[in-house]
Amino acid sequence: MSTEITPLWEVFIRSRGGLAHRHVGSLHAADATLALQAARDVYTRRGEGLSLWVVPSNAITASDPTDRDMLFEPTASKIYRHPTFYEVPDEVGHM
Amino acid sequence: MYSQGLNQPTEASADSPEQARFQARIDAEDKIEPNDWMPDAYRRTLIRQISQHAHSEIVGMLPEGNWITRAPSLRRKAALLAKVQDEGGHGLYLYAAAETLGVTREELVDQLLSGKAKYSSIFNYPTLSWADIGAIGWLVDGAAIMNQIPLCRCSYGPYARAMIRVCKEESFHQRQGYEIMLTLSRGTEAQKAMAQDALNRWWWPCLMMFGPPDSASQHSDTSMQWKIKRFTNDGLRQKFIDATVPQGHFLGLTFPDPALRQDPETGHWQHGEIDWAEFKTVVAGGGFQATDRLEARRKAHDEGAWVREAALAYAAKRQARKTAA
Repeated sequence: MSTEITPLWEVFIRSRGGLAHRHVGSLHAADATLALQAARDVYTRRGEGLSLWVVPSNAITASDPTDRDMLFEPTASKIYRHPTFYEVPDEVGHM
Repeated sequence: MYSQGLNQPTEASADSPEQARFQARIDAEDKIEPNDWMPDAYRRTLIRQISQHAHSEIVGMLPEGNWITRAPSLRRKAALLAKVQDEGGHGLYLYAAAETLGVTREELVDQLLSGKAKYSSIFNYPTLSWADIGAIGWLVDGAAIMNQIPLCRCSYGPYARAMIRVCKEESFHQRQGYEIMLTLSRGTEAQKAMAQDALNRWWWPCLMMFGPPDSASQHSDTSMQWKIKRFTNDGLRQKFIDATVPQGHFLGLTFPDPALRQDPETGHWQHGEIDWAEFKTVVAGGGFQATDRLEARRKAHDEGAWVREAALAYAAKRQARKTAA
Protein backbone atom coordinates (compact mmCIF):
# COMPACT_ATOMS: atom_id res chain seq x y z
CA MET A 1 0.00 0.00 0.00
CA SER A 2 1.23 3.54 -0.73
CA THR A 3 2.43 5.21 2.44
CA GLU A 4 1.69 8.73 1.23
CA ILE A 5 -1.91 9.85 0.92
CA THR A 6 -2.73 11.88 -2.19
CA PRO A 7 -4.75 14.94 -1.06
CA LEU A 8 -8.52 15.13 -1.50
CA TRP A 9 -10.22 17.97 -3.42
CA GLU A 10 -13.86 19.00 -3.71
CA VAL A 11 -15.07 19.82 -7.22
CA PHE A 12 -17.56 22.56 -8.13
CA ILE A 13 -18.99 23.20 -11.60
CA ARG A 14 -20.78 26.22 -13.07
CA SER A 15 -23.15 24.50 -15.45
CA ARG A 16 -24.35 27.60 -17.32
CA GLY A 17 -23.56 31.30 -17.40
CA GLY A 18 -25.46 33.08 -14.64
CA LEU A 19 -25.62 30.07 -12.31
CA ALA A 20 -23.51 29.53 -9.20
CA HIS A 21 -20.82 26.86 -9.00
CA ARG A 22 -22.29 23.73 -7.53
CA HIS A 23 -20.63 20.88 -5.66
CA VAL A 24 -20.46 17.73 -7.80
CA GLY A 25 -18.05 15.41 -5.99
CA SER A 26 -14.47 14.93 -4.97
CA LEU A 27 -11.21 13.48 -6.24
CA HIS A 28 -7.58 12.90 -5.29
CA ALA A 29 -4.72 14.87 -6.82
CA ALA A 30 -1.22 15.89 -5.81
CA ASP A 31 -1.74 19.61 -6.46
CA ALA A 32 -4.24 22.18 -7.72
CA THR A 33 -3.18 21.96 -11.38
CA LEU A 34 -3.59 18.19 -11.46
CA ALA A 35 -6.85 18.45 -9.50
CA LEU A 36 -8.25 20.78 -12.14
CA GLN A 37 -7.21 18.45 -14.96
CA ALA A 38 -8.64 15.41 -13.18
CA ALA A 39 -11.88 17.28 -12.45
CA ARG A 40 -12.21 18.04 -16.14
CA ASP A 41 -11.77 14.35 -17.03
CA VAL A 42 -13.85 12.85 -14.24
CA TYR A 43 -16.73 15.31 -13.96
CA THR A 44 -17.17 16.98 -17.37
CA ARG A 45 -17.31 14.33 -20.09
CA ARG A 46 -20.69 15.48 -21.43
CA GLY A 47 -20.78 19.25 -21.50
CA GLU A 48 -21.58 19.56 -17.80
CA GLY A 49 -20.09 22.99 -17.37
CA LEU A 50 -18.32 26.20 -18.33
CA SER A 51 -16.13 26.64 -15.28
CA LEU A 52 -14.54 24.46 -12.59
CA TRP A 53 -13.41 25.13 -9.03
CA VAL A 54 -11.31 22.71 -7.02
CA VAL A 55 -10.93 23.30 -3.29
CA PRO A 56 -8.77 21.29 -0.87
CA SER A 57 -11.26 19.28 1.20
CA ASN A 58 -9.43 20.08 4.42
CA ALA A 59 -10.02 23.81 3.78
CA ILE A 60 -13.75 23.34 4.35
CA THR A 61 -15.22 23.98 7.79
CA ALA A 62 -18.61 22.36 8.19
CA SER A 63 -21.38 22.76 10.74
CA ASP A 64 -22.00 19.79 13.00
CA PRO A 65 -25.20 17.88 12.13
CA THR A 66 -25.95 17.45 15.85
CA ASP A 67 -26.11 21.27 16.14
CA ARG A 68 -28.80 21.38 13.51
CA ASP A 69 -31.68 22.24 15.81
CA MET A 70 -29.75 24.91 17.68
CA LEU A 71 -28.51 26.53 14.46
CA PHE A 72 -31.57 26.39 12.29
CA GLU A 73 -34.61 26.17 14.54
CA PRO A 74 -34.87 29.98 14.91
CA THR A 75 -35.44 30.29 11.18
CA ALA A 76 -38.53 28.13 11.46
CA SER A 77 -40.07 30.04 14.37
CA LYS A 78 -39.64 33.54 12.88
CA ILE A 79 -42.64 33.40 10.61
CA TYR A 80 -42.72 37.21 10.44
CA ARG A 81 -39.73 36.95 8.10
CA HIS A 82 -42.04 35.64 5.39
CA PRO A 83 -44.23 37.89 3.21
CA THR A 84 -47.37 35.84 3.85
CA PHE A 85 -47.24 36.82 7.55
CA TYR A 86 -48.54 40.31 6.66
CA GLU A 87 -52.15 41.10 5.85
CA VAL A 88 -52.72 43.23 2.77
CA PRO A 89 -56.36 43.83 1.68
CA ASP A 90 -57.31 42.28 -1.67
CA GLU A 91 -58.28 45.74 -2.97
CA VAL A 92 -54.65 46.78 -2.86
CA GLY A 93 -53.82 44.18 -5.48
CA HIS A 94 -50.58 42.28 -5.95
CA MET A 95 -47.73 43.37 -3.71
CA MET B 1 -21.00 -0.72 -14.26
CA TYR B 2 -22.44 -2.63 -11.39
CA SER B 3 -22.72 -4.02 -7.87
CA GLN B 4 -23.58 -7.55 -6.93
CA GLY B 5 -25.35 -9.08 -3.94
CA LEU B 6 -22.13 -10.29 -2.39
CA ASN B 7 -22.42 -8.72 1.02
CA GLN B 8 -22.07 -10.64 4.23
CA PRO B 9 -25.03 -10.89 6.60
CA THR B 10 -25.15 -8.00 9.05
CA GLU B 11 -26.74 -7.64 12.42
CA ALA B 12 -29.16 -4.79 12.97
CA SER B 13 -30.70 -4.01 16.32
CA ALA B 14 -32.77 -0.99 17.19
CA ASP B 15 -31.93 -1.08 20.88
CA SER B 16 -30.20 2.24 21.50
CA PRO B 17 -32.03 5.57 21.22
CA GLU B 18 -29.56 6.60 18.49
CA GLN B 19 -30.46 3.54 16.49
CA ALA B 20 -34.15 4.17 16.87
CA ARG B 21 -33.69 7.79 15.72
CA PHE B 22 -31.53 6.62 12.82
CA GLN B 23 -34.15 4.11 11.68
CA ALA B 24 -36.88 6.74 12.03
CA ARG B 25 -34.95 9.06 9.70
CA ILE B 26 -34.56 6.26 7.16
CA ASP B 27 -38.24 5.38 7.42
CA ALA B 28 -39.05 9.05 6.74
CA GLU B 29 -36.91 8.85 3.54
CA ASP B 30 -34.36 11.25 5.05
CA LYS B 31 -30.87 10.89 3.52
CA ILE B 32 -27.99 9.96 5.81
CA GLU B 33 -24.91 12.16 5.29
CA PRO B 34 -21.25 11.45 6.15
CA ASN B 35 -21.15 13.35 9.46
CA ASP B 36 -24.47 11.97 10.73
CA TRP B 37 -24.62 9.28 13.39
CA MET B 38 -24.98 5.80 11.87
CA PRO B 39 -24.72 2.26 13.25
CA ASP B 40 -21.32 0.61 12.70
CA ALA B 41 -22.95 -2.19 10.74
CA TYR B 42 -24.56 0.33 8.34
CA ARG B 43 -21.16 1.94 7.79
CA ARG B 44 -19.44 -1.41 7.26
CA THR B 45 -22.14 -2.66 4.88
CA LEU B 46 -21.91 0.51 2.80
CA ILE B 47 -18.12 0.55 2.67
CA ARG B 48 -18.19 -3.05 1.48
CA GLN B 49 -20.97 -2.55 -1.06
CA ILE B 50 -19.76 0.78 -2.49
CA SER B 51 -16.15 -0.38 -2.72
CA GLN B 52 -17.15 -3.67 -4.38
CA HIS B 53 -19.15 -1.60 -6.81
CA ALA B 54 -16.16 0.70 -7.45
CA HIS B 55 -13.81 -2.26 -7.93
CA SER B 56 -16.28 -3.74 -10.42
CA GLU B 57 -16.20 -0.55 -12.49
CA ILE B 58 -12.41 -0.54 -12.49
CA VAL B 59 -12.00 -4.25 -13.30
CA GLY B 60 -14.86 -3.85 -15.80
CA MET B 61 -12.59 -1.71 -17.98
CA LEU B 62 -10.39 -4.74 -18.70
CA PRO B 63 -12.60 -7.12 -20.72
CA GLU B 64 -13.68 -4.27 -23.01
CA GLY B 65 -10.29 -2.58 -23.12
CA ASN B 66 -9.18 -5.84 -24.65
CA TRP B 67 -11.05 -4.90 -27.87
CA ILE B 68 -10.28 -1.20 -28.27
CA THR B 69 -7.41 -1.75 -30.70
CA ARG B 70 -9.42 -4.33 -32.64
CA ALA B 71 -12.73 -2.46 -32.97
CA PRO B 72 -13.99 -2.90 -36.57
CA SER B 73 -14.37 0.82 -37.37
CA LEU B 74 -13.35 4.24 -36.10
CA ARG B 75 -16.95 4.87 -34.98
CA ARG B 76 -16.95 1.70 -32.87
CA LYS B 77 -13.50 2.43 -31.51
CA ALA B 78 -14.41 5.97 -30.43
CA ALA B 79 -17.58 4.69 -28.72
CA LEU B 80 -15.75 1.89 -26.93
CA LEU B 81 -13.00 4.24 -25.74
CA ALA B 82 -15.63 6.63 -24.38
CA LYS B 83 -17.44 3.77 -22.66
CA VAL B 84 -14.31 2.42 -21.01
CA GLN B 85 -13.40 5.94 -19.89
CA ASP B 86 -16.88 6.22 -18.36
CA GLU B 87 -16.33 3.01 -16.39
CA GLY B 88 -13.15 4.49 -14.98
CA GLY B 89 -15.06 7.64 -14.05
CA HIS B 90 -17.79 5.60 -12.38
CA GLY B 91 -15.19 3.79 -10.31
CA LEU B 92 -13.81 7.15 -9.18
CA TYR B 93 -17.23 8.58 -8.20
CA LEU B 94 -17.86 5.44 -6.17
CA TYR B 95 -14.46 5.36 -4.45
CA ALA B 96 -15.06 8.98 -3.44
CA ALA B 97 -18.47 8.02 -1.99
CA ALA B 98 -16.93 5.11 -0.03
CA GLU B 99 -14.21 7.39 1.32
CA THR B 100 -16.82 9.64 2.97
CA LEU B 101 -17.39 6.70 5.35
CA GLY B 102 -13.87 6.92 6.75
CA VAL B 103 -11.76 4.61 4.59
CA THR B 104 -8.86 5.88 2.45
CA ARG B 105 -8.49 5.42 -1.30
CA GLU B 106 -5.15 3.74 -0.66
CA GLU B 107 -6.79 1.14 1.60
CA LEU B 108 -9.54 0.48 -0.95
CA VAL B 109 -7.08 0.02 -3.82
CA ASP B 110 -4.98 -2.22 -1.63
CA GLN B 111 -8.01 -4.41 -0.83
CA LEU B 112 -8.63 -4.91 -4.55
CA LEU B 113 -5.02 -5.59 -5.47
CA SER B 114 -4.42 -7.98 -2.58
CA GLY B 115 -7.45 -10.00 -3.64
CA LYS B 116 -9.17 -9.32 -0.31
CA ALA B 117 -12.07 -7.40 -1.88
CA LYS B 118 -14.59 -8.91 -4.27
CA TYR B 119 -15.86 -7.48 -7.53
CA SER B 120 -18.63 -8.54 -9.87
CA SER B 121 -18.24 -12.11 -11.09
CA ILE B 122 -19.19 -11.06 -14.62
CA PHE B 123 -15.77 -9.54 -15.30
CA ASN B 124 -14.05 -12.85 -14.73
CA TYR B 125 -15.43 -14.11 -18.04
CA PRO B 126 -13.29 -13.64 -21.17
CA THR B 127 -14.24 -11.49 -24.19
CA LEU B 128 -13.55 -13.88 -27.05
CA SER B 129 -15.02 -12.08 -30.06
CA TRP B 130 -16.12 -8.60 -31.13
CA ALA B 131 -19.74 -9.67 -30.56
CA ASP B 132 -18.91 -9.94 -26.85
CA ILE B 133 -18.54 -6.15 -26.78
CA GLY B 134 -22.10 -5.92 -28.10
CA ALA B 135 -23.36 -8.51 -25.62
CA ILE B 136 -21.65 -6.77 -22.70
CA GLY B 137 -23.16 -3.40 -23.53
CA TRP B 138 -26.62 -4.80 -24.13
CA LEU B 139 -26.78 -7.44 -21.38
CA VAL B 140 -24.18 -6.62 -18.71
CA ASP B 141 -24.88 -2.89 -18.77
CA GLY B 142 -28.59 -3.63 -19.09
CA ALA B 143 -28.46 -5.76 -15.94
CA ALA B 144 -26.34 -3.10 -14.24
CA ILE B 145 -28.93 -0.42 -15.00
CA MET B 146 -31.69 -2.55 -13.44
CA ASN B 147 -29.56 -2.83 -10.31
CA GLN B 148 -28.44 0.76 -10.22
CA ILE B 149 -31.62 2.72 -10.78
CA PRO B 150 -33.00 1.80 -7.32
CA LEU B 151 -29.60 2.72 -5.82
CA CYS B 152 -30.22 6.35 -6.86
CA ARG B 153 -32.70 6.38 -3.97
CA CYS B 154 -30.36 4.67 -1.50
CA SER B 155 -30.52 6.11 2.03
CA TYR B 156 -26.86 7.11 2.03
CA GLY B 157 -26.60 10.52 0.33
CA PRO B 158 -23.13 10.32 -1.26
CA TYR B 159 -23.84 6.86 -2.74
CA ALA B 160 -27.24 7.95 -4.08
CA ARG B 161 -25.71 11.06 -5.69
CA ALA B 162 -22.89 9.06 -7.27
CA MET B 163 -25.44 6.61 -8.66
CA ILE B 164 -27.47 9.40 -10.25
CA ARG B 165 -24.38 10.45 -12.22
CA VAL B 166 -23.60 6.82 -13.12
CA CYS B 167 -27.13 6.07 -14.33
CA LYS B 168 -27.21 9.19 -16.53
CA GLU B 169 -24.15 7.93 -18.36
CA GLU B 170 -25.03 4.24 -18.45
CA SER B 171 -27.83 4.43 -21.00
CA PHE B 172 -25.41 5.14 -23.86
CA HIS B 173 -23.48 2.00 -22.90
CA GLN B 174 -26.49 -0.25 -23.31
CA ARG B 175 -27.65 1.34 -26.55
CA GLN B 176 -24.22 1.14 -28.21
CA GLY B 177 -24.07 -2.55 -27.25
CA TYR B 178 -27.50 -3.28 -28.67
CA GLU B 179 -26.56 -1.46 -31.88
CA ILE B 180 -23.52 -3.73 -32.27
CA MET B 181 -25.75 -6.79 -31.77
CA LEU B 182 -28.29 -5.45 -34.25
CA THR B 183 -25.63 -4.82 -36.91
CA LEU B 184 -24.17 -8.32 -36.47
CA SER B 185 -27.53 -10.06 -36.44
CA ARG B 186 -28.48 -8.31 -39.71
CA GLY B 187 -25.11 -9.11 -41.28
CA THR B 188 -23.67 -12.24 -42.88
CA GLU B 189 -24.41 -15.73 -41.54
CA ALA B 190 -21.01 -15.74 -39.85
CA GLN B 191 -21.72 -12.41 -38.14
CA LYS B 192 -25.11 -13.60 -36.97
CA ALA B 193 -23.53 -16.76 -35.60
CA MET B 194 -21.01 -14.62 -33.75
CA ALA B 195 -23.82 -12.62 -32.12
CA GLN B 196 -25.66 -15.81 -31.18
CA ASP B 197 -22.50 -17.30 -29.66
CA ALA B 198 -21.96 -14.17 -27.56
CA LEU B 199 -25.56 -14.27 -26.30
CA ASN B 200 -25.16 -17.98 -25.49
CA ARG B 201 -22.10 -17.33 -23.36
CA TRP B 202 -23.22 -14.11 -21.61
CA TRP B 203 -26.87 -14.83 -20.84
CA TRP B 204 -26.45 -17.03 -17.75
CA PRO B 205 -23.60 -15.03 -16.21
CA CYS B 206 -25.77 -11.91 -16.61
CA LEU B 207 -28.64 -13.53 -14.71
CA MET B 208 -26.15 -14.34 -11.95
CA MET B 209 -25.20 -10.66 -11.70
CA PHE B 210 -28.31 -10.06 -9.59
CA GLY B 211 -26.85 -12.24 -6.86
CA PRO B 212 -28.11 -15.38 -5.12
CA PRO B 213 -31.84 -16.19 -5.10
CA ASP B 214 -33.86 -14.55 -2.32
CA SER B 215 -34.30 -17.92 -0.63
CA ALA B 216 -30.50 -18.13 -0.12
CA SER B 217 -29.70 -14.47 0.50
CA GLN B 218 -29.30 -13.67 4.20
CA HIS B 219 -28.47 -9.98 4.12
CA SER B 220 -31.43 -8.65 2.18
CA ASP B 221 -33.58 -7.93 5.21
CA THR B 222 -31.16 -5.55 6.90
CA SER B 223 -30.22 -3.82 3.66
CA MET B 224 -33.90 -3.37 2.86
CA GLN B 225 -34.64 -2.08 6.35
CA TRP B 226 -31.86 0.49 5.91
CA LYS B 227 -33.04 1.32 2.38
CA ILE B 228 -29.65 0.54 0.91
CA LYS B 229 -31.49 -1.95 -1.22
CA ARG B 230 -35.02 -1.40 -2.54
CA PHE B 231 -35.79 -4.59 -4.44
CA THR B 232 -34.88 -8.22 -3.94
CA ASN B 233 -32.36 -10.04 -6.14
CA ASP B 234 -35.08 -12.18 -7.71
CA GLY B 235 -37.35 -9.18 -8.29
CA LEU B 236 -34.65 -7.30 -10.20
CA ARG B 237 -33.65 -10.42 -12.13
CA GLN B 238 -37.24 -10.87 -13.27
CA LYS B 239 -37.47 -7.25 -14.41
CA PHE B 240 -34.28 -7.69 -16.41
CA ILE B 241 -35.47 -10.88 -18.08
CA ASP B 242 -38.85 -9.38 -18.96
CA ALA B 243 -37.19 -6.36 -20.53
CA THR B 244 -34.46 -8.26 -22.36
CA VAL B 245 -36.12 -11.34 -23.87
CA PRO B 246 -38.24 -9.38 -26.40
CA GLN B 247 -35.13 -7.36 -27.37
CA GLY B 248 -33.30 -10.62 -28.11
CA HIS B 249 -36.19 -11.94 -30.16
CA PHE B 250 -36.20 -8.70 -32.16
CA LEU B 251 -32.58 -9.45 -33.06
CA GLY B 252 -33.72 -12.86 -34.32
CA LEU B 253 -31.57 -14.61 -31.74
CA THR B 254 -32.45 -17.39 -29.32
CA PHE B 255 -31.73 -17.64 -25.59
CA PRO B 256 -29.68 -20.59 -24.30
CA ASP B 257 -32.45 -21.67 -21.93
CA PRO B 258 -34.82 -24.42 -23.16
CA ALA B 259 -37.09 -23.77 -20.17
CA LEU B 260 -37.59 -20.09 -21.03
CA ARG B 261 -41.28 -19.39 -21.58
CA GLN B 262 -43.74 -16.59 -21.06
CA ASP B 263 -46.38 -17.12 -18.41
CA PRO B 264 -49.64 -16.42 -20.28
CA GLU B 265 -51.32 -15.08 -17.14
CA THR B 266 -48.68 -12.80 -15.63
CA GLY B 267 -46.80 -12.00 -18.85
CA HIS B 268 -43.51 -12.69 -17.04
CA TRP B 269 -40.76 -14.72 -18.69
CA GLN B 270 -39.87 -17.75 -16.59
CA HIS B 271 -36.30 -19.00 -16.71
CA GLY B 272 -34.70 -22.38 -16.07
CA GLU B 273 -32.43 -23.35 -13.21
CA ILE B 274 -29.37 -21.09 -12.69
CA ASP B 275 -26.06 -22.86 -12.04
CA TRP B 276 -25.21 -21.35 -8.64
CA ALA B 277 -22.21 -23.63 -8.24
CA GLU B 278 -20.60 -21.83 -11.20
CA PHE B 279 -21.46 -18.47 -9.63
CA LYS B 280 -19.74 -19.42 -6.38
CA THR B 281 -16.65 -20.64 -8.21
CA VAL B 282 -16.37 -17.46 -10.29
CA VAL B 283 -16.96 -15.08 -7.35
CA ALA B 284 -14.26 -16.92 -5.42
CA GLY B 285 -11.90 -16.28 -8.35
CA GLY B 286 -11.88 -19.81 -9.69
CA GLY B 287 -11.15 -20.49 -13.35
CA PHE B 288 -11.70 -18.05 -16.21
CA GLN B 289 -9.95 -14.70 -16.02
CA ALA B 290 -9.66 -13.83 -12.31
CA THR B 291 -5.88 -14.20 -12.15
CA ASP B 292 -5.35 -12.17 -15.33
CA ARG B 293 -7.69 -9.40 -14.18
CA LEU B 294 -5.90 -8.86 -10.88
CA GLU B 295 -2.51 -9.14 -12.50
CA ALA B 296 -3.49 -6.46 -15.01
CA ARG B 297 -4.64 -4.16 -12.19
CA ARG B 298 -1.47 -4.78 -10.16
CA LYS B 299 0.73 -4.11 -13.19
CA ALA B 300 -1.08 -0.83 -13.93
CA HIS B 301 -0.82 0.20 -10.27
CA ASP B 302 2.87 -0.67 -9.97
CA GLU B 303 3.83 0.93 -13.25
CA GLY B 304 1.98 4.11 -12.30
CA ALA B 305 3.65 4.36 -8.89
CA TRP B 306 6.50 6.61 -10.09
CA VAL B 307 3.98 9.07 -11.55
CA ARG B 308 2.09 9.37 -8.25
CA GLU B 309 5.35 9.73 -6.33
CA ALA B 310 6.72 12.33 -8.73
CA ALA B 311 3.50 14.37 -8.62
CA LEU B 312 3.51 14.38 -4.81
CA ALA B 313 7.23 15.26 -4.68
CA TYR B 314 6.70 18.13 -7.13
CA ALA B 315 3.72 19.43 -5.13
CA ALA B 316 5.78 19.26 -1.91
CA LYS B 317 8.68 21.12 -3.53
CA ARG B 318 6.41 23.90 -4.82
CA GLN B 319 4.75 24.16 -1.42
CA ALA B 320 8.14 24.42 0.30
CA ARG B 321 9.21 27.23 -2.07
CA LYS B 322 5.98 29.09 -1.46
CA THR B 323 6.47 28.81 2.31
CA ALA B 324 10.09 29.98 2.05
CA ALA B 325 9.23 33.01 -0.12
